[in-house]
Amino acid sequence: MHNNPPETGAFYPRDPDWHPQALTPGYKTSVLRAPQRAKISFDPTLGEIAGPAFGHGLLGPLDNDLILNFASPGESAIGERIIVHGRVQDERGRGVGGTLVEFWQANAGGRYRHKKDAYLAPLDPNFGGCGRTITDAAGYYSFRTIKPGPYPWPNGVNDWRPRHIHFSVFGTGFAQRLITQMYFEGDPLIDICPIVNTIRDQAAIGQLIAPMDMANTVPMDAMAYKFDITLRGRRSTMFENRREGN
Amino acid sequence: MMQRLDRLKESPSQTAGPYVHIGCVPSFAGIEGVYPEDLGRAMITGDAKGERITLTGRVFDGTGTPLRDAMIEIWQADAAGLFNSPAETRGSADPAFAGWGRQPTDGETGIYAFETVKPGRVPFPDGRLQAPHITMWIVARGINLGLSTRVYFEDEAEANAADPILSRIEHKARVPTLMARRAGSVHTFDIHLQGENETIFFDV
Repeated sequence: MHNNPPETGAFYPRDPDWHPQALTPGYKTSVLRAPQRAKISFDPTLGEIAGPAFGHGLLGPLDNDLILNFASPGESAIGERIIVHGRVQDERGRGVGGTLVEFWQANAGGRYRHKKDAYLAPLDPNFGGCGRTITDAAGYYSFRTIKPGPYPWPNGVNDWRPRHIHFSVFGTGFAQRLITQMYFEGDPLIDICPIVNTIRDQAAIGQLIAPMDMANTVPMDAMAYKFDITLRGRRSTMFENRREGN
Repeated sequence: MMQRLDRLKESPSQTAGPYVHIGCVPSFAGIEGVYPEDLGRAMITGDAKGERITLTGRVFDGTGTPLRDAMIEIWQADAAGLFNSPAETRGSADPAFAGWGRQPTDGETGIYAFETVKPGRVPFPDGRLQAPHITMWIVARGINLGLSTRVYFEDEAEANAADPILSRIEHKARVPTLMARRAGSVHTFDIHLQGENETIFFDV
């Protein structure tokens, strides 16, 4: 317990040159789905600064174990067993505790359990592909899964997505809401992926590549990868403008 | 030498992709049994105060084709203008109202729908009251960074005229793109990602 009020400062502006632009023609679907007019900016109000909170009561015991959470009793998903873990922090380096992290991915052969995915690689009857967890007080999270396979997609004639896991993170304010993708160290498909390359800055791409983490690998059981996620930082509230008497 | 700021960089965004439902709306993907129900499906969790409304519409691309693989989240105050969030310091929000909801656009029609309550007014940082509005966040295949917009209500003309955000929009002809059209308790809000009637998106 502590007696600090919740932080309510406005968020640092997003860096538009660090995030992908809306119009990235190498990723064909973006062409008709990219707004053409400039966004209108304003300093965040309470509706952007506040955000939903999710309690630990939301979670089932296997929600962060994709090896087991869709498997029949006594069975488990096929593929390379891995642990993915890391810290959700803000741009000031402070851990973001108590926040919901959701993740989804294809199976070991690159097939998604989704009615729209018609790739000929088979479904794994013991793998669903979704999971979620809530960060601890210091901002750490972890889950167990199998390493997803690469898969082809109809963009260029012969485009393949690198192995990746999708992440959805809430933070504490709705303006921190972020969806991104984690890639795996050493994957040669990363450099030639049109979706990765919607990001122009190589250092920004590097921030989405998780290194293999031998120290957290469980011997004779599961490899580990570490993936830290950074959300927007927020101003302190010492000198926010207020009307008299407010 | 000066001290260093040592600020970290935000993790860059990537598209949610066509299979966002697997992680966020599993029943839409055909995945049952991992979670009891899709998160954010029900915003009203009890005897919520205020006027019940349906917020519905579609998301159109630059050719006028509806997106059938988008996911929309909304975040709003309760009927009294309070947010159900730890960052709400002005009082306690209605416990029967979550304030946050999440829906896919339909795989055939592209229609989304939220059952919610009409939000109360929330002050701007300088103390002026904003008009009732709902914050909306849109992700989909082909959208590299989630798009933020606001839903206002056309039957709140007086409040809209005084709204600090609406009144700073230079191109008044674009303001109607932020207005939901009302028919009874149904408020229709279509989003145009690109083109002549392009919806206003915000950088907040």
